[in-house]
Amino acid sequence: MTRSLAEGLVRWRWWLFSLALLALGLSAAGGRYIGFSNDYRVFFSKENPQLLAFEELQNTYTKSDNVLFVLEPSDGRVFTPQTLAAVEWLTRQAWQIPYSIRVDSVTNFQHTRAQGDDLIVEDLVRGANELSAAQLQEIKRVALHEPLLVHRLVAPDGRVTGVNVTIQLPGLDPAAEGPQVVAFARGLATDLEARFPAIKVHLTGIVLLNNAFSENSMKDMSTLVPIMFAVIMLFLVVLLRSLWSTLATMAVIVASIVSAIGIAGWLGIRLTPPSASAPTMIMTLAVADCVHLLVSFLQRLRHTPQRRTAMVEALRINLQPIFLTSVTTAIGFLSMNFSDAPPFRDLGNIVAIGVAAAFFYCVMLLPALMIALPVRVPAVRNRSVTFMDRFADFVVARRRPVLIGMAALVIGLIVFIPNNELNDEFVKYFDQRVPFRVDTDFTTENLTGLYNIAYSLKSDGSGGISEPAYLRKLEEFAQWFRQQPEVIHVSSLSDTMKRLNKNLHGDDPAWYRIPDTRELAAQYLLLYEMSLPYGLDLNNQINVDKSATKLDVSIKSISSNKTIELEERARQWLVDNAPASMQTHGASPSVMFSHIGSRNIRSMLIGTTVALLLISLILVFALRSLRIGLISLIPNLVPAGMAFGLWGLLVGNIGLALSVVAGMTLGIVVDDTVHFLSKYLRARREEGLSPADAVRYAFHTVGTALWTTSVVLMAGFLVLTYSPFELNAGMGLLTAITIGLALIADFLLLPTLLMTLDQKDAYESAKLTDPVKSPV
Amino acid sequence: MKALSLLILLSLPFNLLAQPAQEKGLQIAREADRRDTGFHDQTADLEMILRNSQGEESRRKIHVRTLEQLDDGDKSLTTFEQPADVKGTNFLSFTHKTGPDDQWLYLPALKRVKRISSRNKSGPFMGSEFAYEDLSSQEVEKYTYKYLRDESCNGLECFVLERYPVDKDSGYTRQVVWLDKQEYRPQKIVFYDRKNSLLKTLTYSGYRQYLDKFWRADEMFMENHQTGKSTRLIWSDYRFKTGLQERDFDRNSLSRTR
Repeated sequence: MTRSLAEGLVRWRWWLFSLALLALGLSAAGGRYIGFSNDYRVFFSKENPQLLAFEELQNTYTKSDNVLFVLEPSDGRVFTPQTLAAVEWLTRQAWQIPYSIRVDSVTNFQHTRAQGDDLIVEDLVRGANELSAAQLQEIKRVALHEPLLVHRLVAPDGRVTGVNVTIQLPGLDPAAEGPQVVAFARGLATDLEARFPAIKVHLTGIVLLNNAFSENSMKDMSTLVPIMFAVIMLFLVVLLRSLWSTLATMAVIVASIVSAIGIAGWLGIRLTPPSASAPTMIMTLAVADCVHLLVSFLQRLRHTPQRRTAMVEALRINLQPIFLTSVTTAIGFLSMNFSDAPPFRDLGNIVAIGVAAAFFYCVMLLPALMIALPVRVPAVRNRSVTFMDRFADFVVARRRPVLIGMAALVIGLIVFIPNNELNDEFVKYFDQRVPFRVDTDFTTENLTGLYNIAYSLKSDGSGGISEPAYLRKLEEFAQWFRQQPEVIHVSSLSDTMKRLNKNLHGDDPAWYRIPDTRELAAQYLLLYEMSLPYGLDLNNQINVDKSATKLDVSIKSISSNKTIELEERARQWLVDNAPASMQTHGASPSVMFSHIGSRNIRSMLIGTTVALLLISLILVFALRSLRIGLISLIPNLVPAGMAFGLWGLLVGNIGLALSVVAGMTLGIVVDDTVHFLSKYLRARREEGLSPADAVRYAFHTVGTALWTTSVVLMAGFLVLTYSPFELNAGMGLLTAITIGLALIADFLLLPTLLMTLDQKDAYESAKLTDPVKSPV
Repeated sequence: MKALSLLILLSLPFNLLAQPAQEKGLQIAREADRRDTGFHDQTADLEMILRNSQGEESRRKIHVRTLEQLDDGDKSLTTFEQPADVKGTNFLSFTHKTGPDDQWLYLPALKRVKRISSRNKSGPFMGSEFAYEDLSSQEVEKYTYKYLRDESCNGLECFVLERYPVDKDSGYTRQVVWLDKQEYRPQKIVFYDRKNSLLKTLTYSGYRQYLDKFWRADEMFMENHQTGKSTRLIWSDYRFKTGLQERDFDRNSLSRTR
């Protein structure tokens, strides 16, 4: 059957070629719909419980997407007329940022104070240029004693200050809105630095984070893909030693990528940094199909001058393994659909489409091209073949020590898997080359943290937030948080209440405490709310019903586990100390990302298992042997286990991106096993060779192809490590390691296992029904 | 002031077409103001229904007394009735045609009158989507005007004008106002924030005429387009010329009034 199919592919090659071009054109047309996503929320599925909790919080209060300008005066003094004038200027200008709904700074902080029976509510700084030394001193004193400002908008040492702009994106045109805000904010920063040359501006915040995602996806596409092209070209020229073959292969690769991205466009997939690495992966994977076919074709060409005959023969022996490996690779990538993070589902689907496309273009484009092109047969070079033969002899002769050594290595590495600690710190998704990372690190070191946890704390009922018991508990909770070493800043309504109580008692410090009655607190709040200006209202802290308030905790750059642990400690504190109504979980992007790794690992375990079952089933049917299928499980599973063990030994940090690697690489490492086993079985069934001789035959025929394709694959995934987006870099590195270990397993573990477990005469009966041998 | 308004009214038909848009806008605003002049004093009950984008609701109730001032902004005394914990709180304000308003608050829990010194009147009133500046007495002098066009609205022929707050601390760059031509009643106001983006829309409904002259809406609905929050005001029990006097609107009256 394979022969007639191979002959058909060659006979109808120009029809198929045209058909392939048509398919290419149709799929490529979808490319115009492709866009880049710029919202960190895309990493969370719609059902993600942490995302749901956070969205509920945002709908109850005000959305907290923000742009934070951090101003660093060169003299290290915020409280000078020059610096304060710059803050004042920026505070006013920041209202012009698109979709801004609130601007908070040291200058527009609503300072309240008493004067007799008057309550004065005014901007802390107005007209900075005309301030006297005494006034500046007073402003500094107030600011550095105000819990709402210190560690949030001003550093405790008064060296750095921030202007925080709350942004509410309408979400009508998500691709345009975020970049619009960022462009405007960057313009303001440049403008400020020009007007006030002694001040350096750093930009961070959630809007900048979102932007970093989309900017770096685009950057990845435009830098990694060309590097990858160069790497692949180089390998192909060396490997095939034929310019025309290299060009034909590149044509197949380009067509596969264009089709995959085009179909992604038709499907409405928005690219994210993970899915933006799809072209690089497709390129790497498409090479393997072509190389196997072309190596065979060029080999045959040495024996027969007939290109057609050589191509038919090359297709005949390669069609089944190429098809099989494409299917298993696609299954591996499709297992990513189990991931809880949609960008990885997209990545898996795009690459799976690309792998399928690569198979079709390989068998539809290559025959016509290779028969038509004036391909010269490269000079014979069999040094690697003789090397392979010697290697095979070694493995056969020393099968026992090799098997024991490999088993020891496998176990020795696998025991280090528990060394891996789960961590997803979203700022660290970007490396030091990304300005967002640098500015955010500066902010975290000098002013405040981008990581936070927010709590919506409910009271007994409508208006209940004014109950002294509630307010006292709120204050205790805030105080408890302030004592935790991971915490930078806590903002709580209890502080505002204490200040108002003091203000309304003639600024007597003795009254800096929670008001004694509910009425008093409610009336203070009414008074205070009526005197606040536009945009500085309390709606971001109090719900409409006045039955709940939001407590915001900024935390240091701590790992996911520590974030979860802090959140659990807080939860325990609430259980031990607070009434039932106040017991809740914290919600925030930090909390969401802290759970994303473990959620994904759990979901990917299922995905990987399903992929493993499917792939093993396919192998059992394709190889027509349950025993060989079962034996193949070992070299298929072991590489990922070893790779994670090695990772635990060397790095020890895994997160979202690495949770998909096991499933993803499964489909790739299987390829080597399939090629090795199909040749091994051919030798056993067609030639009736012993296991040892079949192993020699397998090494002789596919050994070179296996190590070269593995090297190409490793190189391809190593290109990803150049990405400034750490998720892609880590994923690339671990995948390359896995592929490398898979090669070792296939060369040392699989043959020794076969020689130990495969019995001599098992194929006598199978011979009659062997699909590879039976003529069709 | 009345004589002046009358003069302007008499000259209206002759001048409207020839005047630049600014002048025409101002004249329409003055005419609207003139038609609402002379009620002397009024009282009304107000229920506010606040809603967030999550659909959660909260209600507040207040009682408002207003004393008309012919040569300055009106005086008003607001008594809070619901929620219960602010019941008995009184808010006295003297609006001024120019400059900050005078504001006092009586807090029954503290048993003291507090004067609030603040330039701010752009913040939300009782946590609602109405700013204090949206609810306080709408004096002609608080804005400059530009007539835009005629248009039908709520099934009536309307003037459409744009007005620009004079106060630098206002939360708005501009407001677009629809006034029906027949009675000069506001039908709709669209508010633009400081960066001139669409912020809120206020729609009036259920107009009723009192004392054969003064039109009052039963409902005012304010929708914030940026946050998805909204506030509905339901007015009831409008009374006019109830005999309120200046001494009902001074500092001392604050602690007396219930």
